Amino acid sequence: MSELMLGQHQLGTSTIVSRGSLTAPTTDVVKAALYLASATINASTTAYSATGEVSGTGYSAGGVTVTNATAPTSTNSSATAGVAYWTPSASITYTTVTLSTAFDTVLLYNSTQSNKAIAVYTFGSQTVTAGTLTLTMPSNSTSAALLRLATT
Amino acid sequence: MDESLLEKREGSIENDNEMTTWVEYWLDGELIHRSVHVTLKKVPSFAGGELASIG
Repeated sequence: MSELMLGQHQLGTSTIVSRGSLTAPTTDVVKAALYLASATINASTTAYSATGEVSGTGYSAGGVTVTNATAPTSTNSSATAGVAYWTPSASITYTTVTLSTAFDTVLLYNSTQSNKAIAVYTFGSQTVTAGTLTLTMPSNSTSAALLRLATT
Repeated sequence: MDESLLEKREGSIENDNEMTTWVEYWLDGELIHRSVHVTLKKVPSFAGGELASIG
């Protein structure tokens, strides 16, 4: 299933215009943007948008680049069931920022592929004052990885 | 700055969704520093249903 996450399978009609080769895709740039608690960012979100994004000293629109060095992994529990998972290989860090308006959401998106949304994570509302927001990654495992796709 | 004038406040929250800690420094009643450390626990809401190429 990691092949799915790697985009090595074309499912249905699809045109991947940015690829030089489907057999040797380049690593995409994944970014993480923060959104205000008042913003509407959820499973219906299809792409990055600046609407509702946080703003403040030290924060650039679009967020920060996620360290994307480790390929997805998959484990198969049967011929048809298994889990593919992926976790960024470093914490997502917003260093020396001031974000005075409460935020509670981070959007992972693929800036190489037209800023398409990958996943939305929410947490308790926070602010940062001349400080650092660190999103620590969970362990990269079938049960805890940041991004998991499962079939049963 | 005389660091002895700073008041340090810390907090944390842990639930099924996250484990978060924060540290604040106050000077004369004014918040001058606040950093936050969030560890996410839950599978996310998938956005757009796209399969992205990552790794």
